[in-house]
Amino acid sequence: MNAREIPLQLTQFVLVVGAAPLLAGWIGQCRAWFANRSGAGLLQPYRVLRKLFHKSPVMAHEASLLFRIAPYILFGGMALAGAIVPMFSTGLPFAPVADAIALVGIFAFTRIFAALAAMDVGTAFGSMGARREMLVGFLAEPALLIVLFTPALISHSTSLTVIVMSLTAARLVLYPSMAFAAVAFTMVLLAENGRIPVDNPDTHLELTMIHGALDLEYSGRYLALIEWASAIKLLTYIAIGIALFVPWGIARSGHWAHFPLALAIFVVKVIAAGAGLALLETLLAKMRLFRIPEFLGTAFMLAVLGLLVHFLLGA
Amino acid sequence: MPLFAQAINMLAALFLLVAFAMLSQRRLANLINLYALQGLILGLSIGVVAYGTDQPKLYFSAGLNLILKVIAVPWLLRRLVRKLQVQWDRETILYIPTIMLLGLGLVIFAFNASLPLSELAGTINHNTLGIALASVLLSSLMMILRATAISQVIGFLALENGLIFAATSVTYGMPMVIELGIALDVIVGVFILGVFFFHIREQFDSLELNYLDRHED
Amino acid sequence: MSLLWILAIPLIGAAYLGLFGHREHAFIANAAFSLTTLAAAIVLTQRIIVHGPWLTHDAQFSVDPFNIFLVDLTAFVAMTTAIFSRAYMRIERYSGRVTAARLRLYHSMYQLFSFTMLLALLTNNIGILWVAMEGATLSTALLVSLYRTPASLEAAWKYFILCGVGIAFALFGTILLYFSAHSVIGPHNGLLWTRLNQIKGHLDPTIVSVAFVFLIVGYGTKVGLVPMHNWLPDAHAEGPTPISAILSGLLLNVALYAIVRFKVLADGSLHDNWPGALMMGFGLISLLVSAFSLSRQRDIKRLFSYSSIEHMGLATFAFGMGGPLASFAALLHMTVHSLTKSSLFFSSGHVAQKAGTQQIDQIHGLLERNPGMGWSLMLGSLAILGIPPFGVFTSEFLILTAAIHQEPWSLPFLILGLGVAFAAIFGKTQSMVFGASNVPKAPSPPSLIPSFIHLGLVLMLGLYIPPILASWYTHVAGMIHR
Repeated sequence: MNAREIPLQLTQFVLVVGAAPLLAGWIGQCRAWFANRSGAGLLQPYRVLRKLFHKSPVMAHEASLLFRIAPYILFGGMALAGAIVPMFSTGLPFAPVADAIALVGIFAFTRIFAALAAMDVGTAFGSMGARREMLVGFLAEPALLIVLFTPALISHSTSLTVIVMSLTAARLVLYPSMAFAAVAFTMVLLAENGRIPVDNPDTHLELTMIHGALDLEYSGRYLALIEWASAIKLLTYIAIGIALFVPWGIARSGHWAHFPLALAIFVVKVIAAGAGLALLETLLAKMRLFRIPEFLGTAFMLAVLGLLVHFLLGA
Repeated sequence: MPLFAQAINMLAALFLLVAFAMLSQRRLANLINLYALQGLILGLSIGVVAYGTDQPKLYFSAGLNLILKVIAVPWLLRRLVRKLQVQWDRETILYIPTIMLLGLGLVIFAFNASLPLSELAGTINHNTLGIALASVLLSSLMMILRATAISQVIGFLALENGLIFAATSVTYGMPMVIELGIALDVIVGVFILGVFFFHIREQFDSLELNYLDRHED
Repeated sequence: MSLLWILAIPLIGAAYLGLFGHREHAFIANAAFSLTTLAAAIVLTQRIIVHGPWLTHDAQFSVDPFNIFLVDLTAFVAMTTAIFSRAYMRIERYSGRVTAARLRLYHSMYQLFSFTMLLALLTNNIGILWVAMEGATLSTALLVSLYRTPASLEAAWKYFILCGVGIAFALFGTILLYFSAHSVIGPHNGLLWTRLNQIKGHLDPTIVSVAFVFLIVGYGTKVGLVPMHNWLPDAHAEGPTPISAILSGLLLNVALYAIVRFKVLADGSLHDNWPGALMMGFGLISLLVSAFSLSRQRDIKRLFSYSSIEHMGLATFAFGMGGPLASFAALLHMTVHSLTKSSLFFSSGHVAQKAGTQQIDQIHGLLERNPGMGWSLMLGSLAILGIPPFGVFTSEFLILTAAIHQEPWSLPFLILGLGVAFAAIFGKTQSMVFGASNVPKAPSPPSLIPSFIHLGLVLMLGLYIPPILASWYTHVAGMIHR
């Protein structure tokens, strides 16, 4: 581990945790614009978080310790995941802690806690939300793994930093297999982050929601942590997507001079991705719940197809 | 690998992607758009091959494919759909993920079968034979699984796209006379089918072929 | 020149009848065009007899004993069918089952269909062969649905889609074959059969074996091999009877001809009996499946179309066995089956027309009031069942003899298939021909002359094969034999 790069790692950590609500605000703003509304502004998620932190949480009498610590685990897990994805530099001292597969593991880990906590109080909606969340996760995780395998095969490593370095090493190379992986990844991203068409992040209709049903029993600072964690999750996913499919512009380990430029490029990419996501959400309609397996099955199939194409074309 | 060879591979991958999209698409208007898109990819990849290998003959073939499959045939099909006022295929016979898995199986089979063959071809795009074979098989699958006559026809036309793609990938296309003959067959076929549709419509008041299953053996 | 005439006459005929095919004289004109085509074919045959095989027009056309006898057969059956069609379609026209426009379509497509068949036979270019076969599908799809009844539309649709997929597979096979030649001799002449035949030893066995599978599935769909046979009974039963006759008499033969041509190439490249085994497998399955389907048929035209599948299966099996005797027998079988089956369709067409139904159990006692029809149906059935001294007996006997020597394991299956088919067809024909009559006496004498001419020829081939035909068969059998 290079000690000089620890500040870099800290910068990324702080930025991811601090700026994640901003991305959520940006997407919300874009969606408002696409719908010809004026929108609540970029800082709205921060206001929501502040309000929630100031409220005192209300707990069910039956709530156990698990219910209380789950939000912290969620937040901690997402922050860790956000810290190890190469965003604007490949010199991340924490990155060797976990490769791409472990990253999927972290997501699965937090999901289990979220589901357990939702069932903890014993309300009908919590259990239903947990069940739906597990359904989505159960279908999305294999797809995500296969998506990660394609670049891993191309660069002969499952470590994200190595993948990014090998993808940026050559001059422009078109990888047909990566086109499949990119489409599949986008579908997984939509499902995993509870976006339209799989789930509607703004819904208040209990019967159709997934994510909303999970944290229905939470309030106050617990709810704030959960909301924040999901904002970080979205940013992390977008960062993974950028690292795998458009990694160009990232600063290499040790190149301090490139760092500001790489940061700027990354911010531009995230802004573009956010706008794209908002556009996608505006164009698509929410699917009925039983179509979700179809949707994620397609994502899985595309990911496998990407792998097959990689073997056929060698690229 | 030179850039244009990469572009050919990329187009081939997109070709396969479109073939899969057609398999799962139920709206006829989208299906026709996908067919036109596939024709566009086909025309472009023939064009890229023509550029990469410097064969003027292929530009002609690319142009023929573009005119026929991006403009003429989709136009005819759209007109048919409008006149017959059909928009949706019925639910397919199988659940879509099952179809996808079947398709995946066919792709694995096609890739496997074509590997020893494509090794022998000296063309720059010989790797794409597997993709061509896969899309031929996927289109056949589509024809088997669809219930509406127009979807079957689109499957048939996509099948023909796959064949032309195969010809381009192993031998830089067939001699011109044959390509013209194939193009003629396609266009005449679509016309005849158009006539058919109207008669089927008249007789059955529907384009769903399940109503046509009278003879069992 | 005679070669181009053979192709030009039907094409001119198609154009002419496309304009005037609904007039009164069109019935005659159709027959006249077919007769002229036959005359041109005879002139060409004369030339081949005198000068031997002929490669002409930049090697795009080739005439050898294999296709010349099929050209003659095709032109002959097309001619007799046109004569039959004159009487038959006239009745259809006056009974109002076909309109003037459809009659025009019918006549024009009839000639176009003969054109595609002759082109497929004469061309030396396997690409053109494909285009011609696809053209044959297109031209007959409209003929099958001529009556525009729901059943005929369904049949035409099935025909179009199944043969469309089949022919697409054949194109893929053709592309692969071209590809294998491409790597040996480059982009020129890689589609010419004669050229491919010269270099067949150098073609890559892997490619050729895959190509042959696609070709046999593709063209096999047109031959009506099981399991791609589903279109065949429907198309035969629902179209006008002359079309059933030329589908069985011409199209199936030409498709089988294509497969055999490709088998010659595949054998030369592969050095094992894989193509032959594949053909034997397809042939045997077709024979058995269709034989067992025969007894379930209630429609007279469907009955005979299943019998076509059976006999094409037998011929495919014989070609698959290979060897001079089996190939000779298969060629003879193609000839006699074509003649007998079209004769049967002539008679059953008239029977159905007079009885007003195609249902077998509603037709009884033909001999009593319509002895001509009854006899032609009975004799035709006996001929197709392989009763001596008809030609079918000779060819089936030769095939069985060859099977005893070469593939003894297949003998029980062959005998089982033929036996079951015999029982089914014989039982059903007997009930139609004998017994008390319920079919009204035909008001005008039916056109049975073509039917009896065919049966006469089949009888002749059973007793005596003309030396020129025998020498052709022997020559072709030598060519097919590895």
